[in-house]
Formats: sequence, structure tokens, C-alpha cells
Amino acid sequence: MSGPSDFQPTNPALKWIERRLPIMGLVHSSFVAYPTPRNLNYWWTFGAILSMMLALQILTGVILAMHYTPEATMAFKSVEAIVRDVNYGWLLRNMHAAGASMFFFAVYIHMFRGLYYGSYKEPREVLWILGVIIYLLMMATGFMGYVLPWGQMSFWGATVITNLFSAVPYFGESIVTLLWGGYSVGNPTLNRFFSLHYLLPFVIAGVVVLHIWALHVAGQNNPAGVEVKTEKDTVAFTPYATIKDMFGVSCFLIFFAWFIFYMPNYLGDADNYIPANPGVTPAHIVPEWYYLPFYAILRSIPNKLAGVIAMFSAIIVLAFLPWLDNAKTRSSKYRPLAKQFFWIFVAVCIGLGYLGAQPPEGIYVYAGRTLTICYFAYFLVLLPLLSRIEKPRPVPNSIADDVLAKTGSKSTPMVSTVIALLVAGGLLVGGAQNARAEEHQDTPPSQKWSFSGPFGKYDRGSLQRGLKVYKEVCSACHSLNYIAFRNLADQGGPGYSAAQAAAFASDYKIKDGPNDQGDMFERPGRPADYFPAPFPNEQAARAANGGAAPPDLSLITKARSYKRGFPTFIFDFFTQFQEQGPDYVDAILQGFEEKPPAGFALPAGSYYNKYFPGHAIKMPKPLNDGQVTYDDGSPATVAQYSHDVTAFLMWAAEPHMEARKRLGLQVFVFLILFAGLMYFTKKKVWANAH
Amino acid sequence: MNPDAATIAAGAPIEVDLTPIAQGQDIKVFWRGKPIYIMNRTKKQIEEARSVPVSSLPDPATDQSRVKEGHDQWLVVIGICTHLGCIPIAHEGNYDGFFCPCHGSQYDSSGRIRQGPAPANLPVPPYQFVSDTKIQIG
Repeated sequence: MSGPSDFQPTNPALKWIERRLPIMGLVHSSFVAYPTPRNLNYWWTFGAILSMMLALQILTGVILAMHYTPEATMAFKSVEAIVRDVNYGWLLRNMHAAGASMFFFAVYIHMFRGLYYGSYKEPREVLWILGVIIYLLMMATGFMGYVLPWGQMSFWGATVITNLFSAVPYFGESIVTLLWGGYSVGNPTLNRFFSLHYLLPFVIAGVVVLHIWALHVAGQNNPAGVEVKTEKDTVAFTPYATIKDMFGVSCFLIFFAWFIFYMPNYLGDADNYIPANPGVTPAHIVPEWYYLPFYAILRSIPNKLAGVIAMFSAIIVLAFLPWLDNAKTRSSKYRPLAKQFFWIFVAVCIGLGYLGAQPPEGIYVYAGRTLTICYFAYFLVLLPLLSRIEKPRPVPNSIADDVLAKTGSKSTPMVSTVIALLVAGGLLVGGAQNARAEEHQDTPPSQKWSFSGPFGKYDRGSLQRGLKVYKEVCSACHSLNYIAFRNLADQGGPGYSAAQAAAFASDYKIKDGPNDQGDMFERPGRPADYFPAPFPNEQAARAANGGAAPPDLSLITKARSYKRGFPTFIFDFFTQFQEQGPDYVDAILQGFEEKPPAGFALPAGSYYNKYFPGHAIKMPKPLNDGQVTYDDGSPATVAQYSHDVTAFLMWAAEPHMEARKRLGLQVFVFLILFAGLMYFTKKKVWANAH
Repeated sequence: MNPDAATIAAGAPIEVDLTPIAQGQDIKVFWRGKPIYIMNRTKKQIEEARSVPVSSLPDPATDQSRVKEGHDQWLVVIGICTHLGCIPIAHEGNYDGFFCPCHGSQYDSSGRIRQGPAPANLPVPPYQFVSDTKIQIG
């Protein structure tokens, strides 16, 4: 398509193929000999990073789809089965979930790069618009993907976003019914979302091919914004750009690995570890962080239809950018006013993202409206104005001149910008996490957990004692549906032998059948059986517990959280704090008080608990000193029981945590070494080009 | 791609027995995947609903138009907030009606929107009285 295509293989077999399908020549001219501006900085590596992320998401997604069941009653369980039972299923799931966030992180940087350097300007308008199309497809794909685990946030996020389309006049209701496949979000919705979620990434891949084609027609933009004039301005894509991309990719992978191995739930919502319940709405419905700015814009407008239009316009306006900003100077490097307003715009976007996670009350509403106006003003007022009145600085004569003019290291501004962005991003997500947690809640005290931090491990003794507490106290009312007796002998768990687990199982009576007479019967438990539930169904559980069903405990330490407060949540990002759930569970178990404080009206049948949101919990104080006898001599106190059973429940929620952290360490060491190697190789390759 | 036959059949009308619902109580039933509040209103609630000037309402409607004649104490509404679809909580809020925890919309004891971002009243599903103590929804 573009670039020198003088490739002729010497091998006769390859020559035969090349004559009939010149694919080698195509790859050579597009990615080997392809002339690349020699002054590109690291912001240009994000194209390669995005291609890698698309391939990675497709790869992990296809494998996940082999084990996932897209049916409303089975989806949540199938995801847990992937995480617990599929070989490295936990790794696949973490890669895919964190990968979606990384994909959006990279695309936002890629887009901001385009904004700053004027990559959307003539002759790259179609390239830019194809990019906007890819972005829209990504948003649709991400939204549908989040629905698939069928947790509370999956279901209610789907309800809110599909309801948006009812704002469309006249056709609205029909559109929504078509999206739902029924009268509300339900099984037909899940099924069609799965089908489309599998399809759209391949549509994205197709548009990416067009995007790269359009890019190769015009050639890359560059930080100076000056077009390529002579051969001196460019270097061959391979090895120059290839090795630079490799280094960029390896740094990006380190950032990615931080989330996969050490902070897998930082970017998600605790509520999504609760199976979807159409009858219970979570207190805060918050989308994933990459949608937050648009969610903030949507909620800023008090009118339903206007809010929807504003939200979509916020994305569509990007497509008009080449015509809104037709300043002759491309790169903001030489546009001092545009440069300043660009950074203000970045701050506006981050601010909108923060607001999207806050409850729509009070000052947040005013701030949201102000920033929404700023957002649109940047595109519709400021950029057209600047292109008329701004006096740009003189641009270099050519790319070669631009490179020669550079004296010191220009990587410093890049590095500090990256760090600033990472911190801002981390704050944004942490702030979102903070907002999601319940209000009207005393903060549970931070406990010391043996499994916290990058080198955390479960304390086997604690897990075994916790199992005893669960069996003797909690199992009377609470089920543990996702744990099988065989799990007790798994690596990284309570550390029982297979024989001990089998003996433990045989103490239980498990309902089985029907036998050949058609009757159900009871038999002793086997390692493959799951812990039996105390009640046959939810209604029986409610009837026996004053109307409140005791929740299943398999995921409780991941399904609960609390506000960490400012500035704690900032430190949490760097200390890998993931223990909100265990702190909360431990606090609840010890937080019962005989007498509620004066003025508190405790409803009949409820008990006062300091840390339960609303303070009135239906569960009576479950633990008392001396209730459970410990064989290893540990103190028989409520505090000890609480700590042990919470540790046990953390293991129940994440049985592969030790494997995750161990592999994480190996991956980190490898990636740091790899990045180092790539860096020095890059320096060597580029030595003669600078 | 429109709802298939099984989904439509699952949406067939249901009958609800009203006898267990005491005055001032309400129950929630599901029909076509949507939660439906059936409220046995007290005299006070009915009076409060009827004494509001209709023209002052964001979505004007009389209380009489939202209940069945001769069965004025029974309010049957779809419990889905008309703003963004959350389920409002019954017997909460300033109007002894419904309060939506998501964005703070408040409905009165006739299920009409009184304050907050929701644009419309809680919709009334199609239903009729099969007998004095039984209704059929749908």
C-alpha cells in the first residue's frame, strides 16, 4: 500500500507463495521497511500496545468462553467455576477483566496524544474518525462484557444503561424491548449480550485494519507536526520502531501485571460478587471507571432525553474535531495557548470521572454541570476560537531538523507525565471505590492479615480453626456453596491431606438421587461433594430467620467493602490494600452491642451492630467466648474466632491467592529484566539514528 | 430478535390474592420480570393523595384515575423508578409513598412523582378485580 515494496524472497517455495499471494511483501512494506518519522516519542507506542491488548482480550476471551455459561441461573456460578477449577482460570479471568481496563487506559492515552499533537488534522481526518468508531465499539463491547458475570452491578448497570434508550422519542420503548429480548433485563438479554460481546471484538479488528491502512496512506504524525519531506526524516519501522514499541509494551505489561496479580479487584466493584437479584437495587449503581466521565455528563442534565443526547454528543463531538480545530499548526508543542487549554481539558476529564462515581447530590451536581459545560466548551468554543486568534510559534523546517535541535533527554517530561497520569488514574479509581462503599457506616478497624501484601500467605492453623468455627457455628444458617470438601486438601488452603478431607466429607449426609426407584436418598459425603446448604431454598431460609435470608459465605469477603477515606485510599493503591472485605466481616462479628446508643430506634427482631450499615442487623450475636474448643490451644475468645473464621472465609473466596502472588512475583522479575533488556537494545539500535 | 414465544407466555396474566394484605401493608409481586407493588392504603393515605392540587404535580394525574372505582384503597403500581429503573422503597419519603434510593426521587401514596429527577409517575399495570379479594394482573 505504501512504502517501498521491493521485497523478493530467495527461497523458491516462498517465491512460489509470494507470486500468488504477496503477503510477505505486504508485511515487509508495512512493518519492516515502512518509513517512520525518526522523532517519534513514547506516546506513539500506544498504537502497538492497543493492538497487543486487542489480541490479548480476544485470546483470553475465547478461552474463557469455552468455560462460561451464558444463562441467567448458571452464569455467575460458571465464572466462579472458571476461577476455582479451570487450570489457571483465575489468571485468565484476571487478565481479561484487568485487560479491559488496560485497554481503555491505553486508548485514552492514545486519544489524548492525538488531541495534543493534532493527529486528527488534514490528511488524517478519516484515520481519526475510524478511531472514534473503534472507541464506540470498544465501549459497547466493554459494557456487554461487564454484564456477563451476572452480578448485582452487571444486572443493574445493564438495567440503567438499556433504560437510557427509552428516552428516544417514539421508537424508545421498542428499542429497549429489542435490547432486552423480553420485558426486563433477564436471560434473553444475557444471551444476546454474550453473542454480541463475542462478535464485536472481531468487528473492532476489522476497523483496526482500516485504521492502520488509513494511517499508512498518510504516514504517522510526529511530535513536531511537520510532514515527512526527505529520506533523512525517517527510519525503517523495523528495527527502530519495533524495538521502541517492545520497550513500551514491556513497561505497560508491568503496569498491567500490577493489577492482574496484586490488585485484581481494585478496578471492580464489590457488589459484583453478589449474584444478580432483580428485586434488590444496590445503593450505588456505578459503572466501570472508563465510563465515569460520560456518566457524569448524563446525570448533569436534569432532563432524561437531553441527558442521553449530551452523553452521546460528548463522544460524537470527537468525530468533528478536524473541522472544529482547523489551525494550520498541528502540534500543540508550538501552540502555547492550545497547550495550556489541553491540560485544563485533561483535568476536566479526570474531574468528570471523579464526579461520575459520587452520589448525585449537593455540590457534586453543581460541579458536574460546570465541568460538562467546560467539556463541550473546549470543543465547540475554544478550539475554533484558538484556530482563529492564536499566534503559534515557528515550527521546525523538517523532522531531521527537529531531531538535530534536541540536546538533552526529552524522556524526562514524558516520564513525569506518565507518573502524574498514573497517580491521577489511581486516585480516580480509588475515589470511585471510596464512593461506592456504603454511607452511614462506622469505619471498621484495619486488622493485620497474614495474607495481605505482595508476599502474603494464608496461615494454615488459622484456616483450620476458622473451618471449625464455620462448621460448629455459622453453618447452621449460612451456606458455603462454592467450596467442595476436596478443596480442603488443595494447595494454598487449610492444608489437610486428601485422606483427611475424605474423612471430613464422610461426616456429612448428602442428599442424592433419584435412585432407580425414583426416590431421593441420603449417603455419606465424598470429596467431590460441596458443603451442603442448611436450607433447601431462599424462602425456607427467610422463614427461619425473621424474614432475612442469611447470605452464602463463599464470597462474602470479596462482596463487602467500606469507605477508606481520604487520603487513605491513595496509599492503598501503592500498598496493594485489598482487605476491605475481611476488615468488614471481622468488624461485624465483633461489633454487636447489648444496648443501642440513646435515641436509636431498634426495630423489633433486629440487633444493634456498630459496623452494619444502618446499624440494625437481623443476625443475633453469633460468637461468644468459649463457644468453640480449639485443639491447638489458641485462645477461645470472640476476637480469635472472628479473626480465624474471617481468614477461612477469605480463603473460601480466593483459594488461589497464594498461587496468584507467587506467579506474580515471577512475572514481575521477568518483566523487569525483560524491560531492562529491551531498553538497552533500543538504545543500541537507535545509537546511530539520534 | 423480539421476545420469543416462551418469554411472551411467561408474561401471561397472574392472579394475586389480596386477603393477606392488612391495611397499611404492601406486597411486591413479579410479573413479566417487573416488581409490582400492591398497597392496601389507609384512609389517611387516600386523603393525602386526593387533597393535592393536580395541576401542581410534575406529571398531573388524579388519584381516582390510578385506582379502580369501588376499590380505592388498593394501589397497584409497577415498582420501577421512571428515572433510571431502580426499585423504590415503599413507605418511605416525605409523602408516605415511595422513595428511590438511587437518585432521590420521591413518589406519593398514589405513586405519583412529587420531587426528584424522575419524569413520570409510577406506571399502573393493566389489572382488574376478579373478586373483591382477588386481582388479575395482565
